Amino acid sequence: MRVRTTAEVRLVANDLRRDIIRMLEASSSGHPGGSLSAADIMAELWFGGGMDFDPSNPGDRTHDRFLLSKGHAAPALYAAFYELGWLGEEDVMSLRQLGSRCQGHPDNKVCPGVEACAGSLGQGLSIASGLALGLKADDSPRRVYVLCGDGEMQEGSNWEALMFAAHHGLDNLTMLLDFNDLQIDGHVTDVCSLGDIEAKLGAFGWSVQTIDGHDVGAVHLALERAKDAAGRPHAIVCKTVKGKGVSFMEGQAGWHGKAPSHVEAAAALSELEAERARLDQEVCDD
Amino acid sequence: MTNRATREAYGETLVELVGEGLNVVAVDADLAGSTTTGKLGAACPGRLVDVGIAEQDMVGVAAGLSLTGRIVFTGSFAVFGTGRCYDQIRNTVCDSDLDVKVCPTHSGITVGEDGATHQSLEDIGMMRALPNMRVLVPADYRAAKAAIRIAATNEGPFYVRLGRHKVPEVYDESFEGGLPYAGVLRVGSDVTIAACGVEVAQALAAADLLERKGIDAEVLDVFSVKPLDEDAILASAGKTGHVVTCEEHTVRGGMGSAVAELLSERLPTPMSLVGMRTFGTSAPGDVLLHHFGLDAGGIAAAVERHLA
Repeated sequence: MRVRTTAEVRLVANDLRRDIIRMLEASSSGHPGGSLSAADIMAELWFGGGMDFDPSNPGDRTHDRFLLSKGHAAPALYAAFYELGWLGEEDVMSLRQLGSRCQGHPDNKVCPGVEACAGSLGQGLSIASGLALGLKADDSPRRVYVLCGDGEMQEGSNWEALMFAAHHGLDNLTMLLDFNDLQIDGHVTDVCSLGDIEAKLGAFGWSVQTIDGHDVGAVHLALERAKDAAGRPHAIVCKTVKGKGVSFMEGQAGWHGKAPSHVEAAAALSELEAERARLDQEVCDD
Repeated sequence: MTNRATREAYGETLVELVGEGLNVVAVDADLAGSTTTGKLGAACPGRLVDVGIAEQDMVGVAAGLSLTGRIVFTGSFAVFGTGRCYDQIRNTVCDSDLDVKVCPTHSGITVGEDGATHQSLEDIGMMRALPNMRVLVPADYRAAKAAIRIAATNEGPFYVRLGRHKVPEVYDESFEGGLPYAGVLRVGSDVTIAACGVEVAQALAAADLLERKGIDAEVLDVFSVKPLDEDAILASAGKTGHVVTCEEHTVRGGMGSAVAELLSERLPTPMSLVGMRTFGTSAPGDVLLHHFGLDAGGIAAAVERHLA
């Protein structure tokens, strides 16, 4: 697969957002906020050269591996798989319906490319650590990427995994933290603050970078830096806005787990279309 | 006859499996010496991962290792190795149908002196409720070896319930078990005593006590609680017309419940369930078996009450 330019990855992110809204509108159920906040990260990982994988072979175990720990952002994953051709229109438009490959939360048994079921928070980092340890033991040059949410870092199990990964020097492991500062009950800072997350991750033995999670160029650079640094696992704290790209969803905890109505979806798609026209112009100007 | 604990088979069998070419690893949580997975680590460096006191991470790391093509066994004590990480076992291992074998040791009331917090009495129920999970409860050292081999050589999640209590040996090295498997260890005609784990030896001794009172008991070892060997259980229950189950586990949801579920649908049979109905307490394992009516005398008394 041709690695897209930064401007092109922005277009992919816009496509992902459009598909997220389309499938959530169709299902009348699901999680837009945390899917939209992760769209740029997902676009860069899957289309900007962030990960090395075989796009013709979903579920390929010989290349880089990806785990979605914040399983409620499944629409963002499905949108990426749809763009890769791993899922069809009928798959994504049957999100959360009986018999769909697109279960409410990712299910490896029915969805190609999903490594393990996700949805119960605080589990992806441990799985990713075990995977990274196994790959290292096999002398594999492959890397493991895990996308976690900031609210999810309240789960104690994540801190077990952080200790473990650092103890074993899993420098083939990269955690992308979608730091949108919102959880169901409000701002993460108000519900139960993570405090100085960068300092904590550093104290746990991780290399830490903080970036704007909507700047695909910054995501690209951070991923490249992580590939070069040896000896420690890598955390990339991606500062994001929940609901990013749809003005009335941005920064609203209420859009964590509520699907848009037809009217709201139309408004959202129209905003995304306008953004796309602007991005198209950027690509032309490149 | 030597008395051995089922846990003694654990690390040993893993070492054998590695020797036979299986890509087996173990993940333990600071109890590698107690569970005996430490034997694997000593014999095959790199095959044992100790995550420290972090049972949730133990299961998550096991799941990740299984995604690299390894057959992964987990450790810890049964109470922590199932309960503390139940969500990981449910949502990651079982729902994803991963090749992870949950094989903690120190199950049941016979953990003894450590007391109630360390006595796992609900693990069979929790594990057998999970789709994709198979549940094996070996009666002795040889049965434990067979159970670990079955878990290693059949893809997908297993729960093998191992203990620290030294039990008389029921089987010789020819025992292979099966999936499903329930075996008649003593043929009888008046009542079926269906037992699992440490209770199998107690049930055999109870049958001897009952014989002196003119009661001819059949003893069935329910080696696989899930799947149940339905044919073997139905055949025995059909023959004797009475079933008494015994297990060092709560009667709510354990092996006895599994047998009751089968019989109630297929062959309603008068039953009594011998097992735990409260939390445990501190004392040596054999003292606790007696105290809670789980020893041969207690089982025999329950059978007599059942038939009265």
